[in-house]
Amino acid sequence: MRKLALSDDILLKVEKPARYTGGEVNSVMKDKNQVDIRFAMCFPDVYEIGMSHLGLQILYDMFNRREDTWCERVFSPWTDLDAVMRKRQIPLFALESQEPVKNFDFLGITLQFEMCYTNILQVLDLSGIPLSAGERTLDDPFVIGGGPCAVNPEPLAEFFDLFYIGDGETVYYRLLDAYREWKQSGLDRKAFLEMAAEIEGIYVPSFYEVTYREDGTLASFEPVNPHAKSRIRRQVVRDMSTASYPLKPVVPFIKVTQDRAVLEIQRGCIRGCRFCQAGMIYRPSRPRNLSMLKETARAILKNTGHEEITLSSLSSSDYLELKELVEFLMEEFQSQGVNISLPSLRIDAFSLDVMKRVQDVKKSSLTFAPEAGTQRMRDVINKGLSEEAILEGAAQAFAGGWQKVKLYFMLGLPGETKEDMEGIAVLADKVARKYYEIPKENRQGKCQITSSTSFFVPKPFTPFQWATMYTAEEYVKKAQVVQEAMRNQLNRKSLRYHWHTAELTVLEGTFARGDRKMGAVLLEAYRLGCMYDSWDENFSYETWMKAFENTGISPEFYNLRPRQEDELFPWDFIDCGVSRKFLRKEWEKAMQGEVTPNCREQCSGCGSARYGGGVCFEGQN
Amino acid sequence: MKVRIKFCKYGMMKFIGHLDMMRFFQKALRRAEIPVKYTEGYSPHMVMSFASPLGVGLTSDGEYFDLELTEEMAEAEALERLNREMVEGVKVLRFFPVPGDKKNKAMTLVEAASWTAFPAPGLLPENWKSLLSSFFQQEEILITKETKRSSREVNIRPLIYQLEPEGESISMLLAAGSRENLKPELVTGAFCSWAGIPVTEFSFTYHKKETFARTADGELAPLDALTGEES
Repeated sequence: MRKLALSDDILLKVEKPARYTGGEVNSVMKDKNQVDIRFAMCFPDVYEIGMSHLGLQILYDMFNRREDTWCERVFSPWTDLDAVMRKRQIPLFALESQEPVKNFDFLGITLQFEMCYTNILQVLDLSGIPLSAGERTLDDPFVIGGGPCAVNPEPLAEFFDLFYIGDGETVYYRLLDAYREWKQSGLDRKAFLEMAAEIEGIYVPSFYEVTYREDGTLASFEPVNPHAKSRIRRQVVRDMSTASYPLKPVVPFIKVTQDRAVLEIQRGCIRGCRFCQAGMIYRPSRPRNLSMLKETARAILKNTGHEEITLSSLSSSDYLELKELVEFLMEEFQSQGVNISLPSLRIDAFSLDVMKRVQDVKKSSLTFAPEAGTQRMRDVINKGLSEEAILEGAAQAFAGGWQKVKLYFMLGLPGETKEDMEGIAVLADKVARKYYEIPKENRQGKCQITSSTSFFVPKPFTPFQWATMYTAEEYVKKAQVVQEAMRNQLNRKSLRYHWHTAELTVLEGTFARGDRKMGAVLLEAYRLGCMYDSWDENFSYETWMKAFENTGISPEFYNLRPRQEDELFPWDFIDCGVSRKFLRKEWEKAMQGEVTPNCREQCSGCGSARYGGGVCFEGQN
Repeated sequence: MKVRIKFCKYGMMKFIGHLDMMRFFQKALRRAEIPVKYTEGYSPHMVMSFASPLGVGLTSDGEYFDLELTEEMAEAEALERLNREMVEGVKVLRFFPVPGDKKNKAMTLVEAASWTAFPAPGLLPENWKSLLSSFFQQEEILITKETKRSSREVNIRPLIYQLEPEGESISMLLAAGSRENLKPELVTGAFCSWAGIPVTEFSFTYHKKETFARTADGELAPLDALTGEES
């Protein structure tokens, strides 16, 4: 029987002890004496969030396919256990073996959003691993980061030994092979880092030196070790249909956020929305073929017993064989009591028909993401969704019996005017009007149009990486403009409006386009007690501002300063596929309100074609 | 047709709560391809009903739930298939048909449960066995039941059917179910406070041995000894 790291008296006192006990269906147990490499895979947030992440399941499965490697999972202990572990000096452990993370060869941390950065320090700290990479010895694991935020790893450079840039399926085996070789060699830590730096896609931050200008911007960014490359090329899986995919994902005992089978139907997006980082950094759009998806769906449902399956992608409607896939899922699994959930579908006759067959219209709501309130602004952001399409979709939905519509928008986009803000309320009202066009005897009461706005954060490797942000007060004012406009609409009683907090946006902005100097702020914030910043109950803006003050770094430098066309950005050493030239052209087109066709309509020469796959070569072989 | 499933829960599974156990079995039944009956509608679910919820921290050799099937299934095959889908800490022990009528629902049948309470080492004094016997011989055992608004004294003695040493542990047979229910920690708590033994909430661990129903002649019988004719 497995021996647990925590005693009964601790486990029975903390919230949801199953977060820490492991032993779930499909979790992988190996004999530690029979493996060469022990990899601790960490999602630096609570178990229920981390276990909902597909990427973690993909890599867990991929690593454990190797006989020489045992990959285990690590999550951030919730604040209740965190306090107990500090008080009793219990080291952080991995779920499978329940052994301390410090004994592992690797600690891999996925970087899904900036606001979990303090939790990375929590994980290192509780593990007893020095926070600063330079202070680690042969007794410590190598700490490696990956995931979307790794396209600008600089704010975290101090804390990581290495970063993996791009799709995890490509060079991880090469890295593990190199590690095995190094382990037998008996050489020092630096020797392994030098071997790793030779592998395409691996970035070793300590091998680079940054100099700054007087104004605080980057003057130079250069490798200072002969093994380090001057540019790190993002890794891309060329053929998604043959890439490793977990057929036996771990099935949590407790209810997690994504408590269902997940079928990733494609990676990347053809759309080219100018605010969207995922739409740029996962280029080119690469589908998995239909027969692979069918087989995979069957196997996952059989191996997990999940009662729901969902499709995952940035824009499912752009998957060319969507109709066939959805029909297959309904025919094959609905009779077995499996629910089918379909996120991110464009609202049209097909999707409405499908939704009617898989969910209760009365209870469900339809979601549109116009992202901006006016056509002008939607052209600026290159969101190819017209008002006509939204209203037509809504009209069809209302005719089909739906009464609830959700609309998602962003505020704080570049060049935003008062009209753009008010346009959010105007559009919501127009949607409501479509409902009230239905004769009274054919509708049931009022409709409910819920609009939500989040504040836009410019991200690296997007055309908007040059954009200026706003202050927290300005963001709140923008939301108030929208709220006021909502009150002035004809159907105001059918309209609801929510907005996300402004302060978190400001902070996210500083890290998203941050440089190495931000590492000091992060460390100071953690020392002052910041953790779980994306959880409202834990977020303290005041503490963060104190951290900026104490380190003499200003958030305004990152958020409010105009960036010149030729400014050297901290992330420019990464070759992400999309060229800087393309991004700049897109920025200029945005300022002119000019749209760019999607990848399927016309190639815009973004630079991703050289990866040799996906939509760039569609119909060519 | 309806079947009753008996399982045991031990080891780390004691940290998995009742609702999560239900979810665990729903998924396990699907993996094992047991012909389970689903409800109609947009979110079909299994027709499944547990005899009684087992709290977090407790282990058991006698847990039960009822399940509707679409077709008959032999016990041996069902056990084989289901146990392939279990994890360390849970094992399916029985799988047998029961009458489908309402009064035979597992939940309605439960009348008692037998428990072992394991004391922490050194907790009980040397003469604890005779103390326990005197404690049980009382006609009235009063405890204070706290509710949100008030606290009142209740006599739990009628709900204790048996109380005796079992090696170095305490064995008890207590009322259980929807009519009367007595938690084992209330009994150990009352005993220790009567005997002047200082305790904390971790002084005992509790293990349920069996769940009982009452037969037509008023006797208690394990839920898996019923054929459905008695009641």
